[in-house]
Amino acid sequence: MKCLVPVKRVIDFNVKIRIKSDGSGVETEHVKMSMNPFDEIALEEAVGLQEANVIKEIIAVSIGPKAAQETLRAALARGADRAILIETDDVLEPLNIAKILKVMVEQEKPDLVILGKQAIDDDCNQTGQMLAGLLGWSQGTFISKLKINLTQNQIEVTREVDSGLEMLTLTLPAVVTADLRLNEPRYISLPNVMRAKSKPLEIKSLSAFGLTLKTHSQIVQIELVPPRKGGIKVESVNILLDKLHDEAKII
Amino acid sequence: MTHSGILVLAEHDEVELQSVTHSVVRAATELPGDITLLLIGQVSEVIIQSARSLTKVSRVWICDSPLEQSATAENVAAYIVEVSRDFEYILAPATTFGKNILPRVAALLDVSQISEIVRILTKDTFVRPIYAGNALATVQSFDPIKVMTVRKTAFEAIPPSLNLALVEKKPMVSDLKLSFFVSREASHSERPELTSARIVIAGGRGLQSGENFTLLEAIADKLSAAIGASRAAVDAGFVANEYQIGQTGKVVAPDLYIAVGISGAIQHLAGMMESKVIVAINKDPDAPIFQVADYGLVGDLFQILPELDRELAIRMGKS
Repeated sequence: MKCLVPVKRVIDFNVKIRIKSDGSGVETEHVKMSMNPFDEIALEEAVGLQEANVIKEIIAVSIGPKAAQETLRAALARGADRAILIETDDVLEPLNIAKILKVMVEQEKPDLVILGKQAIDDDCNQTGQMLAGLLGWSQGTFISKLKINLTQNQIEVTREVDSGLEMLTLTLPAVVTADLRLNEPRYISLPNVMRAKSKPLEIKSLSAFGLTLKTHSQIVQIELVPPRKGGIKVESVNILLDKLHDEAKII
Repeated sequence: MTHSGILVLAEHDEVELQSVTHSVVRAATELPGDITLLLIGQVSEVIIQSARSLTKVSRVWICDSPLEQSATAENVAAYIVEVSRDFEYILAPATTFGKNILPRVAALLDVSQISEIVRILTKDTFVRPIYAGNALATVQSFDPIKVMTVRKTAFEAIPPSLNLALVEKKPMVSDLKLSFFVSREASHSERPELTSARIVIAGGRGLQSGENFTLLEAIADKLSAAIGASRAAVDAGFVANEYQIGQTGKVVAPDLYIAVGISGAIQHLAGMMESKVIVAINKDPDAPIFQVADYGLVGDLFQILPELDRELAIRMGKS
């Protein structure tokens, strides 16, 4: 079976973000960018399934600027067989990303799409669910386990929900979104980085898709949250409890 | 077509209405229009009565289905799209329940979703956290139907009133048969629920093992506190994911948050920054958690926790 893994280029999770001086957005110039960590987990899952001979081909897709090629090279180094960049300089909402991915799914005809559950920049947590809805496919969100049952044309997933775990069976084709504990992405080895250079990376222009994408919402302003002020250090458990009792009046 | 009114997707556990629903209804009262509360799945009489008595809720719709186990995301989303076309707003809690269903609803309605709103500025402009809560984005929606998830900690729970809302049954009639419920593993705890507890005590990698979380349990019992964990502790397999507090876990805002052996990565701070009082216990005096803690105690948690437990016992014995 064939698997599509959409990956997003985001500001590295270790970077302290800065806001553009006009408040229109977050500064991304001269900032370290990486693959969204949840997308790395999604990709690792696909690679594991390929090693287990369940998945035959993994296609990584990214929608973004020219520089997102780096993210796709990293995806190829992680084990994707080929990569497609849909190039656009527009910052698109999850709904529009899902509409573009829908076209990709129609072109590539995968049986399974694995995405990260959320991107760590906009923290939306929408794209997978929206794509599943647009395709009319089954969905398994926030999964920590995935088992493919090819003979039944089904997959079994374990979902991380607020109250614990939920087990579902999904009919294929399906869209699933990866949660933290699905797996631990391995380090990329140098030979794999070298090998990735010769794997196919196709660049398509978004305008060639002939999609009419509306602007549904717009960011008016972005502001930094002022950091919380630190308090004091106390010397002992007793002083701590006194403070919580007398000052904070909690205990 | 003109859209009006607010549809709120209620969250419940088949026994009680979850308190997050009260917060979403509070958010709804800041928007123009009558509020309809939608109950999906198996609902008890207790749930129906709590739903009816919520202040400002004018209608309660009950989606009881003749179909077995039909409350899958695919079926529920399709159902909501059917019943919600005339509404101007569709709201759900920003929990794993709401986050699973609502984006699918939005896509089927061809509108965007605004995730995890924390403030309502005007009828179409909202504030939501981005970048693990390090920044706030003000977002304006141009859609005729605004689909939004609401962050519980940003809206005070709405109290019950004496007015009872009308109840109407709206059955779900079709089953897409795309996904099938198999089983659920709920962790049963006598402790208060993490996102509504007045006191939370959370452990990080510093606890070194899952067994050592018992050190937190003794204290949690005395304080009637809920227990949480950092992503590092969840990653290391000390505790299950439902304990996770942070950007990709739960967001809590208790009166008192006690962080034990948690260094304070921004991903964790995103989930607890709104706590009224923060206490940090960590052996590293330079741990970032101390920069946000009201009271910091530097030292070995394996000595501090038993001492804290003893002192609490003594003080509670006196009062």
